[in-house]
Amino acid sequence: MRKIRTWLPGLLLVLPSIILIGVFVYGLIGQTINTSLLRTQDFVTDKITNPGGIANYTALLGSDRYQHALWNLLVLTVVFIVGTMIFGLLWAILLERGVFAEGIFRSIYLFPMAVSFIAAGVVWRWLLSPARDDQAVGLNQLFVQLGVPGLQSDWWSANSRMSMAAMAIPAIWQLSGYVMALFLAGFRGISADQREAARVDGATEFQLYRHVLFPQLSPVALSALIIVGHMSMKMFDLIYAIAGPNSYQAEVPATLMWIQLFPQGDPVAAATNAVIILVIVAILVVPYLVHTHRTEQRDG
Amino acid sequence: MSTATAAPVDQAVPAPAGDGGRPRRFTVRAGLRYTLLIIFAIIVLMPLYVLLVTSLKPASAISADQAWRLPVEISTAGWAEAWGRLSPSLYRSLILAVCAAVLSSILGSLNGFVFARWKFPGSNVVFTLFLFGMFIPYQAVMIPLQGMLLDAQAFLPWLDGIPRLILVHTVYGIPICTLIFRNYYATAVPVEILEAAKVDGAGMLRTYASIIFPVSIPGFVVTLIWQFTSAWNDFLFALFLTNAQNGPVTYVLNELAGGQNPNYASIMAGVLVASLPTLIVYVVLGRWFISGLMSGSVK
Amino acid sequence: MDRRSLFISLGAAAVVAGLSACSSGTQTTGDPGAGSSDEQNASSKPGGAGGDVGVFTWWADGSEKLGLEALQGVFKSEFPNDTFVNLAVAGGAGSNAKAKLAADLANNNPPDSFQGHAGAELLDYISKGQIVAVNDIIDALGGTGVFPESLLSKLTVKESIYSVPSNIHRANVVWTNTQLLAKAKITDTPANIAAWIADMDKLRSAGVATPLAVSGSWTQVQLLETVLLSDLGTEAYTGLFSGETTWDGPEVTKAVDNFGKLLSYANKASDGDDWPVATDMVIDGKAAYNVMGDWAVAQFADKKKEEGKDWGWFPVPGTDGTFDFLADSFTLPKGAKNPGGAKDWLTLVGGAAGQKAFSLAKGSIPARIDVPADEFPAYQQKAMESFKSDKIASSIAHGAAVNQAWLSDITTAVSKFYGGKDAAALIKDLTAAAEKNRG
Repeated sequence: MRKIRTWLPGLLLVLPSIILIGVFVYGLIGQTINTSLLRTQDFVTDKITNPGGIANYTALLGSDRYQHALWNLLVLTVVFIVGTMIFGLLWAILLERGVFAEGIFRSIYLFPMAVSFIAAGVVWRWLLSPARDDQAVGLNQLFVQLGVPGLQSDWWSANSRMSMAAMAIPAIWQLSGYVMALFLAGFRGISADQREAARVDGATEFQLYRHVLFPQLSPVALSALIIVGHMSMKMFDLIYAIAGPNSYQAEVPATLMWIQLFPQGDPVAAATNAVIILVIVAILVVPYLVHTHRTEQRDG
Repeated sequence: MSTATAAPVDQAVPAPAGDGGRPRRFTVRAGLRYTLLIIFAIIVLMPLYVLLVTSLKPASAISADQAWRLPVEISTAGWAEAWGRLSPSLYRSLILAVCAAVLSSILGSLNGFVFARWKFPGSNVVFTLFLFGMFIPYQAVMIPLQGMLLDAQAFLPWLDGIPRLILVHTVYGIPICTLIFRNYYATAVPVEILEAAKVDGAGMLRTYASIIFPVSIPGFVVTLIWQFTSAWNDFLFALFLTNAQNGPVTYVLNELAGGQNPNYASIMAGVLVASLPTLIVYVVLGRWFISGLMSGSVK
Repeated sequence: MDRRSLFISLGAAAVVAGLSACSSGTQTTGDPGAGSSDEQNASSKPGGAGGDVGVFTWWADGSEKLGLEALQGVFKSEFPNDTFVNLAVAGGAGSNAKAKLAADLANNNPPDSFQGHAGAELLDYISKGQIVAVNDIIDALGGTGVFPESLLSKLTVKESIYSVPSNIHRANVVWTNTQLLAKAKITDTPANIAAWIADMDKLRSAGVATPLAVSGSWTQVQLLETVLLSDLGTEAYTGLFSGETTWDGPEVTKAVDNFGKLLSYANKASDGDDWPVATDMVIDGKAAYNVMGDWAVAQFADKKKEEGKDWGWFPVPGTDGTFDFLADSFTLPKGAKNPGGAKDWLTLVGGAAGQKAFSLAKGSIPARIDVPADEFPAYQQKAMESFKSDKIASSIAHGAAVNQAWLSDITTAVSKFYGGKDAAALIKDLTAAAEKNRG
């Protein structure tokens, strides 16, 4: 080990941040976990509102309402990830060879990312209105005016277990450009020599992508998956802006937490819910962080 | 793979030229390629189109049947109303986004330097613990955060509204800024230079000030854009920690667009007004931003 | 959502705003009547305590905003020392605002006074010790001499009154489009829900695709509450909240069944939409009926529609003789920054001049019984009469009958039902909500 005088200043320089992260991230998470295990009793009716301990978790996880919210989250996340990956990769393939006005196309595809979810939600609430035919507005109206009324949809208001797929549309709109940027940079990171070598070997375009380029993009794809996936799991703003604070149809754990905390005035249930969201995100992210950490140790 | 440069992405590696030797296929392919690019561009721009045309219509001319048509007569009344409602909060958002971006970038630069080039025992573990902070759902800290900030306000009365959000965004911005700077220094600052400085007897702070900081501009561009955008666009913290009188523009926009406001021109104009600063940042600094995304995420 | 009419209404709303600003101005300068002398007595200081008075409401748009502006006008002339600060939050029958208010109170940042529906809704604040009693202000205003006893009793918790009522609304009203009813040759007012549904069939045959207009979740809760009132009767309906009536009995089952049938005649609504979206469908002839509180009158007036010629109303079939009430009221939060100014505001809100100006602009009826009816439009005169003679029921959707946690559970159940139309599940959810929240 090196001498303490060499490394101590480094530790001291990072110390303020360690304290801040320690308090604001780990300390507060600890407090939330603590709150989530409390036993509470309504002081007017004397009813037990939260049994306390791990039973708070089994009660919430066992409730139909929470399972419905988790299901919505699953549908949203899967469609969101698949959608952004498809569009992101497609756009990156279209742009990666360098096209005329590439900068303009790239800016257009990327711009939705600059818009806040809350602002985008305002437009998409209107675009995804379920009203039809002569009452139609938004996309349904566009379909009627374009002469394809058959494409009209109830969107996220549909009576279907898959209705949250429609809520992923605005999310895909916002983040596909970001995934495109990731893939684009990935493509640009592959040297021209490798493409040339593949051509010399007589590979077709398809084979070039399939066997030479795509395998090298898998770290990029993994990053994109982690980032888009964790954004989906904590998504609140967009759903709040589109469906309002009280929609069962569009309920996910993050919006339910708001309802638990304020209209229902039950911080213990809200904390339990928040910890579950945290665990779900951790299941996705921690293996990734450990993997990254190990890779770095190995690569020095 | 560590793509940690902060140079514009299209300069990092020159784009390979098209299939020069096969002109005929090139034309057909290019035609298809541009057709697809233009169709996708139209789809992506569609919500922006709705925002623009609706915001410029006079209230009397906006009818359900005409929503997708261009305005016959241009009116700035919607913009005027949106500006009137949003301008105080725009100013607050500007202060918030600038302060939070600068503070977390400075901390991120110092941390990144230590984690990349002045390691201490266990620094890799600490760094990984920092990174987890980047991914946490803020719901998991919101309830005690509210209480803690409230307690703090009892003896720091100014810690309300925008200062409160500056604190929060600075703290939760530390992980990503640290990551970006760490990756940047790991590639942009050769170890040899630091060794030479050490041989000359330079301490840590002098090394940072004389060697690291002067080459940090690209890193700062990236973190400043990133943090400015995320602080500007945040709604969750604003909703939990501020109110319409002292909150940022996202909060006030959500109220302007609340269910009962029938004035679509002002709502749509409000969305544009609230989004313009970040849109300008993206359009002007977009190339730098893409590379910022890269250094922040591709490892 | 019909946008054309919304936009037309904007112009009209601006005109009405201008008119109401003028009229409230002349009222207060030219009429130093009995009402204002009461108010001077209640205030600690003539001209007001001074300083900013932050008042939190969900009256951010439409007729509610006009009403608040009218109140603001009177406040300015009665208490020139005070500065009114409007802390209104838009949307969702106050559900956005209430969530936000709860957050502000949790953050120890109370406004000087906030709006709350009189009744069970206020229990949440009272039991948390967030608002203080205002008996002194009520007494200074005239107590039971000017407010109906039935109303004050609903505001009283353990001998104390916790808010000053400003105005009354009726929730069990069907608004109709006269032309569409004529087109379907419907002349009689239906006597019960079954007859009403038969009329909807006639409308369908006459080419009206969506006879009934509904909007987001809370408007559906209000529709359900009026159907419950119709199928259960006033006493059994009131028993739902005290525990004397069960939520899984045959009457509730019948009501839920009727509620589902009614929705099958309605448009497809989005959870996030607010009430004007549905009321505008009646105004624009896209739907024949809409169940909404009587604040809808102002929406018709804003769009220059005439009662009788363009629109009509009747109590929800089967609820004639019952007044499904909700009252707006204002509170004195604990820890208000300017309690003196808040008392000035409450004095104004409870006074005759303030109540008259407010209700005229908003389309409600005054909570005081000493405000003469003759200056009010035809509908409101009728409503003032009904309020005095009818049986009184408390609204669910507007927090008079249930507290916020219970209302939140009912709203979720209804929002869920709207998606799946599963009547058994709705009854199960409503029963569970009652068991969880009933005292």
